[in-house]
Amino acid sequence: MSSRDDILGRVRAGLHRNAGNAAAAREEMLAALTNRSQGPKPSIDATPKALLERFRLKSEQQSSTVDIVAQESDVPAAVARYLTAMKLPKSAVAWPSLAALDWAAAGVEVEPRGARDADLVGITGCFCAVAETGTLMVCSSPDTPATVSLLPETHIAVVHASRILAYMEDAWALARKELGTLPRAVNFISGPSRTGDIEQTIVLGAHGPYRVHLVIIAD
Amino acid sequence: MHFKANVHAKLADVVLQGNLKNAKGKFVTRRAEAIKDLDDFDATRDAAAAIRNKVIDNLDLWLECFERKALDTGAKVLWARDGAEVCRLVIEIAKKHGVTKVTKSKSMLSEEAGLNHALEAAGIQPVETDLGEYILQVDNNEPPSHIIAPAVHKSLDEVADLFHKVHGTPRKTDIPALTREAREVLRAHFLSAEMGLSGGNFLVAETGSVALVTNEGNGRMVTTMPKVHVVITGIEKVIPTLEDLSTLMRLLPRSATGQSISNYFSILTGVKKPEEHDGPEHLYFVLVDSGRADVVGGDFHEMLRCIRCGACMNHCPVYQTIGGHAYGWVYPGPMGSVLTPLYAGIENSIDLPHAATLCNQCGIVCPVKIPLPDLLRKLREKQTERGLRPLTERIGLRLWAWVAQQPKLYALGASVGARYLKWLAGDTDRIRLLPAAPEWTLGRDFPAPQGKTFRELYAARRSSTPRA
Repeated sequence: MSSRDDILGRVRAGLHRNAGNAAAAREEMLAALTNRSQGPKPSIDATPKALLERFRLKSEQQSSTVDIVAQESDVPAAVARYLTAMKLPKSAVAWPSLAALDWAAAGVEVEPRGARDADLVGITGCFCAVAETGTLMVCSSPDTPATVSLLPETHIAVVHASRILAYMEDAWALARKELGTLPRAVNFISGPSRTGDIEQTIVLGAHGPYRVHLVIIAD
Repeated sequence: MHFKANVHAKLADVVLQGNLKNAKGKFVTRRAEAIKDLDDFDATRDAAAAIRNKVIDNLDLWLECFERKALDTGAKVLWARDGAEVCRLVIEIAKKHGVTKVTKSKSMLSEEAGLNHALEAAGIQPVETDLGEYILQVDNNEPPSHIIAPAVHKSLDEVADLFHKVHGTPRKTDIPALTREAREVLRAHFLSAEMGLSGGNFLVAETGSVALVTNEGNGRMVTTMPKVHVVITGIEKVIPTLEDLSTLMRLLPRSATGQSISNYFSILTGVKKPEEHDGPEHLYFVLVDSGRADVVGGDFHEMLRCIRCGACMNHCPVYQTIGGHAYGWVYPGPMGSVLTPLYAGIENSIDLPHAATLCNQCGIVCPVKIPLPDLLRKLREKQTERGLRPLTERIGLRLWAWVAQQPKLYALGASVGARYLKWLAGDTDRIRLLPAAPEWTLGRDFPAPQGKTFRELYAARRSSTPRA
């Protein structure tokens, strides 16, 4: 007998599975998959202004830094400002989806591609953001490679305020509507990578970025 | 497993005692703070328990559903009866893809299976990448002592000495500097390993995905950089929908580390598309039984709800006194004292269900409301039913049961016993050494009986209280 049949057979025996109770259980399963019922959620003021404020506050609590600009064309200058302030080189790897911005005018040299080990700064967008916890939802695709938010020591993310949602549940609904199926990797990112493995002392910058800077477009 | 001998050694270990004391406060305080932002923490726990019950009560169907969806995404799904089969399957996958090095993010199941040892024996290098797990691996493959903070028993000084010795770098005691040193060593491994191996916090039936909760980013590394990704996870880890995942995520990081969400929460579905820049080309799920299937539908069914947050051990007075290693196997603390007998054999872990005060701190903090003290009590019953308790204990209890059924004899015994204990205490209110049970008074005093016996008081009360 294959391991699969053996394991499933013993699970069925434990549950006293038979043709009669299987039909009802299967219906229950389909109902759960169709209804997608949601659990209790903390109450959040879902007006756009409050969502932006909460997202900013929660992001800062996760040790991200936040800058707010008026429109998308302001992003390259905001990035340049941050890089200067942090004494970082004005060159970065960025999602190909952001290549159309006028980086040259702001004096930032941007290569639209996936990240390599030596890249110091990575610039990404996000699929949407979650105000409840101050979290970016980042989806992988050819135009939005996963490595850009992972390998460089500094991660800069561009967030449209109109894409800040209250809950993770809202993010799933939006993904189903706009993407259909899930991309290979959905990463919810909440601040720079960290570890507490030595004496429970939190240290920023474990294997991923040391710092996360959010440029929010107040559209 | 020599639990009692372990306990004595751990109690006498001054460094360990300091480390445990240091860790305990942080875990407990951070969790207490973090659960405050949920308007209704208890209702969220009820919802989480209901989600887990929904799956484990019909686990066969949910497993088939997950398998179907995962296959649709281009993943392969393999099944392993036990640890030996896990090792065999992983080595087969590695050989098939010409793998010489495997980077691992935390997987308790690979600990259960002894996978690192098997990989090494097959000529494949396993590299642990969670900082805590890495510290233990380079320290002669020491086992973890906590399920989410594997090196919680180690002090900064111990890590400083270890890195100095292993990396051949100047000794440093700055925690960020030590973390950076490990980052640099491990970055090279992330980029060169051909296979990444992870556990799975949850398997989502709706989408055939695995969900990983990490803070360091190592989970993302091992599932993004190598061309092969293998997920090793228990068959009980399935949950229905992405919405259910969101509910459970309100509880898991809060209960584990006191975070409202972990830094990274990755939901991985299928393999890299041809036009994509990154991601594995091959994704394998190894669904592991190792004792779980036989727990389904039985007396310990509820234990399968466990989401491995570690809150029970963080709040357990026994764990906090002896540390995780004393428990002798992969899972320590209250959840371990239930899981170890179930997965490794009741007869092999005779002391564990007794390594609890049944104070129910664990039951109170469990995010999926597992009645851990009840399960520990049930395990004690099983031991007795199967005649596994020591002969002296069995004879002693039988004798006591007989005496307890003879009221006069019992009264005589109680009054003689009380007088004897009073005599032992002398002029003080405590007994320093109980000659009949010297072990009991090794690290504490026994309180001396005070005043009259219960029966004497009861008799006096009956004669003085007027009947209504």
